[in-house]
Amino acid sequence: MESSSSMKTPLKRVRGLGSAKSGTDHFLKQRFTAMANVPLVLIMIGVVIALVGKDAAAAKAVLSHPLVAIPMVLFFVSEMIHMRIGMQVIIEDYVHEEGPKILLLALNTFFSIAIGLSSIFAILKLSFGA
Amino acid sequence: MADSKPRSERPLSPHLEIYKPAMTMVMSIVHRVTGTALYFGTVLVAAWLVSAATSASAFETVHGFMGSWFGRIILLGYTWALLHHLLGGIRHFIWDTGRGYGAEERSFLAHATLAGSIGLTILVWIVAYVVR
Repeated sequence: MESSSSMKTPLKRVRGLGSAKSGTDHFLKQRFTAMANVPLVLIMIGVVIALVGKDAAAAKAVLSHPLVAIPMVLFFVSEMIHMRIGMQVIIEDYVHEEGPKILLLALNTFFSIAIGLSSIFAILKLSFGA
Repeated sequence: MADSKPRSERPLSPHLEIYKPAMTMVMSIVHRVTGTALYFGTVLVAAWLVSAATSASAFETVHGFMGSWFGRIILLGYTWALLHHLLGGIRHFIWDTGRGYGAEERSFLAHATLAGSIGLTILVWIVAYVVR
């Protein structure tokens, strides 16, 4: 906390962003990605329904269509951020030992990016690849 | 904090175990549980897409598993978790605007989240079976 003799203005103190040093950034990212996820998840459900019972060639035809592939890529970008932030909060809530916490936070980041980028790579390969 | 040892010495305030489960509390917990399930469930989604991008036989293997009775149970659970987490998120959006904090409103939102997620899950699966 600032002492009463602080040279900082109240504005500067607000911009100090508290002990996490990130202010409301985390909260806002969670909400903005959640907002994006609402329509994108509904599209994803529609895509999966459209693929029920389809063989590989038919599935590829659906997944490589720009109107399917573009929202899917957008979904995985948003989802990757959303799932990482969400799991980070859970880890910080329940894991208090510094070592395991840092390790799990790192694994959380790796997992989220690996899953998201694998999915995006697959969609791009289906769209552009042989 | 660098020193994490003293934590175990400190008593915790009584929390979860002293409350009679209320619908709002259960829905809050379920929101986190479904989020966690979806988190790990993304492995299936990624596996499915990567298999489609790999070869026809790889895709048929994953698709065949998803179509088996065991796969369908997982997908059914996944559908519900997804829709429940989505509706739970909309509940949070409502709260973000400063509305819906009254006792009756909270109870209504909690029940609506559950009823809505179950209803929508059934709807999605009926559509999936009809389309097929």
